[in-house]
Amino acid sequence: MIRQLFRFKGGIHPPQHKDRSTRSPIQAAWLPKQLILPLHQHIGESGEPIVAVGDHVLKGQKIARASGYVSASVHASSSGTITAIEELPIPHPSGLSASCIVIDTDGEDRWIEHGPEDIPYTEMDVSHLRNLIRTSGIVGLGGAGFPSSIKLNPAGSKIDTLILNGVECEPYITCDDMLMRERPENIIAGAKIMRHALNARQCLIAIEDNKPEAYTAMIEACKDEDIEVVQVPTLYPQGSEKQLIKVLTGKECPSNGLPFQIGIVVHNVGTAAAVHNAINLGEPLISRIVTVTGDGVAEPCNLEVLLGTPMQALLDQCGGLNSDVDRIIMGGPMMGFAMHSTEIPVIKTTNCILAATESNVTAPSDVMPCIRCGACADVCPVDLLPQQLQWYARSKEFERAQEHNLFDCIECGCCAYVCPSNIPLVHYYRYAKTEIWAQEREKEKADIARQRHEFRQSRIEREKAEKAARLAKKKAAVKKPADGEKDDKQAAIQAALDRAKAKKEAQGVEPKNIENMTPAQQKQIDDANARRQQTDTSEQES
Amino acid sequence: MIKLNTPSSPHFHGPSTVTTVMLKVMLALLPGILIYAWMFGWGVIINIVLASITALATEALMLRMRQRPVMMYLFDGSALVTAMLLALALPPLAPWWLVVIGSAFAIIFAKHLYGGLGFNPFNPAMVGYVMLLISFPREMTSWLAPLSLGEQNLSLGQSLSFVFSGSLPAGLSLDALTMATPLDSLKTELGLNKAMQEITASPIFGMLGGTGWEWINIAFLAGGLWLIHKKIISWHVPIAMLGSLALISFLFFIIKPGAYASPLFHLFSGGAILGAFFIATDPVSGATTPKGRLYFGAGVGVLTYIIRSWGGYPDAVAFSVLLMNMAAPTIDYYTRPRVFGHGGGN
Repeated sequence: MIRQLFRFKGGIHPPQHKDRSTRSPIQAAWLPKQLILPLHQHIGESGEPIVAVGDHVLKGQKIARASGYVSASVHASSSGTITAIEELPIPHPSGLSASCIVIDTDGEDRWIEHGPEDIPYTEMDVSHLRNLIRTSGIVGLGGAGFPSSIKLNPAGSKIDTLILNGVECEPYITCDDMLMRERPENIIAGAKIMRHALNARQCLIAIEDNKPEAYTAMIEACKDEDIEVVQVPTLYPQGSEKQLIKVLTGKECPSNGLPFQIGIVVHNVGTAAAVHNAINLGEPLISRIVTVTGDGVAEPCNLEVLLGTPMQALLDQCGGLNSDVDRIIMGGPMMGFAMHSTEIPVIKTTNCILAATESNVTAPSDVMPCIRCGACADVCPVDLLPQQLQWYARSKEFERAQEHNLFDCIECGCCAYVCPSNIPLVHYYRYAKTEIWAQEREKEKADIARQRHEFRQSRIEREKAEKAARLAKKKAAVKKPADGEKDDKQAAIQAALDRAKAKKEAQGVEPKNIENMTPAQQKQIDDANARRQQTDTSEQES
Repeated sequence: MIKLNTPSSPHFHGPSTVTTVMLKVMLALLPGILIYAWMFGWGVIINIVLASITALATEALMLRMRQRPVMMYLFDGSALVTAMLLALALPPLAPWWLVVIGSAFAIIFAKHLYGGLGFNPFNPAMVGYVMLLISFPREMTSWLAPLSLGEQNLSLGQSLSFVFSGSLPAGLSLDALTMATPLDSLKTELGLNKAMQEITASPIFGMLGGTGWEWINIAFLAGGLWLIHKKIISWHVPIAMLGSLALISFLFFIIKPGAYASPLFHLFSGGAILGAFFIATDPVSGATTPKGRLYFGAGVGVLTYIIRSWGGYPDAVAFSVLLMNMAAPTIDYYTRPRVFGHGGGN
């Protein structure tokens, strides 16, 4: 039976450049002298260190625990001594530093005692199974790094389809391709565990038709399994979760929703293999396959890399950096980001290190004005109007940009790729998004500040009233009852005046309707102001 | 230590540039231009050369005055496309100043005073054309007869001499060279209450449209289809414009064939084909959403028919395009596509 496939709108066919890194099998990366393990290698809260400087750790030993529901733990990827827990540069578009645990490896690469649970996963409580995956530190290895255990928790939704994403639509990247070619059985084993956890009716594995070897290997491995391997026509950005769901099922995941709401869960094939390692072997996530490619290195290949290995070590292993390298990109050329240094470590989401020379990437050239040709709208996989969004971003009309669904943009870069005017469109959208987030944060802060101010005002007002009341009582005690009554009245008036004044200050209210007043009205106001002045002065004196 | 660049993604860019887009448009115009020149003589080529030189010179001048990088914009091809489209809309034997004024006006007033490339709300070539049509109606309506029909054909030297000094070879008058265009003569003669069959029996009417014109239009059609194939333009505007023009002319034609021309005549006369593929598809001044382009094209087609049939001018593509240019931003606003994952899908 041939599955009916659907199409998402738009998409592009950039040059692939995949064959250069698939010529040799996956090799193990050298054990580096030092491992730098950031506490934040995923979407969500940073992990919390549970080791101290000076501790000796074993390979696979947990060194940081998840600090919230959306978080992931970190394990030592080799044995050695913790030499520092400090801020170091991490893979981030802005070249940020963040907390990292540094391990000086001892060269023994000695495992901590580990192994699968005594009972098979099919007999485990599903929540226990999920917890095992969680404590193994597994996050989505496709690039986003969302903690996988959460995506294996349907939270009451009935899951119809588990999709394994072997699309790998970005140019240059081949780590999933090689994994599918060489270790299809690991992927299948992981898929079965995931399917069990989700109780999914069917399981599909999607592979683009530019990876025939991987497709054949997966078909072979699925011979006796109730898993369907689906070949999909190559089209960027098909590897994007929602686009892939559309292609395989024809369903559109709602804009603000998640796939499980329409009964679908998508996991990367690499994640499935990691789940297999965790459950069937008891090994936490401590390594991943990384494509090292581009004309900037002599021998492009795929390496199985211990997490925390500095990228420079991988570049060295691939023959070293050529001097004409222009930029080092983590990820692919469409969505990856260029890094500031090569001393940055490989993390859970590092699928590719692209050492690009000028000929591998597009040199910056003159940006022309938008001619509204609409080529961007034709290729947008989300059906936005990129040309309009660009205008709104440039003119800082952020509300209009949001009205035009700016936040549905997945930053795939198709629009910028086809733009004849060479406008860095995605850059404008990122800018607009950041500005809008900043404005929202400002607004939140302002709201909090206003609430605090109002609270303070009401407190001052209350204290004044209490003080006035006490004063009145005191006076009443020494004066005649009749006078006391009058004083009470005055104190009450005073308190009311104070309240009004405080309220006015709090709200910043200006007098209204002050134009076109008759002389009589003006006189009344002046008199009132004079009286008020008097009371203020007398208050200061008292 | 190697210096690493850190621009933001995407790091890839496709081969398309503004210049390649404009070059392809010019290339697509070429067959039509050649057949036009074949049918109407050297004047066509002289017009194009004059318009191009004027457009480039005014473009350079305006860029300088606006302190923009001259070399970057001058050869982006946009001024040349404007010049070619304007030249193709002018009578094939026009005095030089007509071409120069039109091109200069188009570049200065319709393009640069609005902010240059990408910022003009109206199609510059059509603004230049309409300005000339309103200001110099006599010069703008003296059309040469196609070479196959005219009694005399001018050589290159004779054409140049007329363009620059207004002098014709001895014994030849302008009246002998010019004749009404098919659309023009249709309008005049229908006004005289002549029957359609009687009018179209004249030799200026050919199989489809006017004699000579039909071949030019077929060549423009071929160029336009190539542009669609190359994805330089989308099919929406041409199909909507020609479709609506054909539909509305068909309706009137079957109601009263004696008083209204056939759909084929409307499609293959005047600027319909050139307008549909090359003028109404101008991205800068037109609608940009797919649905919006359909409305835009249909609007141009219907307005063309209305002005041709009941308006004061024989052809109407320029006016229709300019009128629809005004509506383009509104059309775009109300025809935004449904965004992925926003209801109505599946």
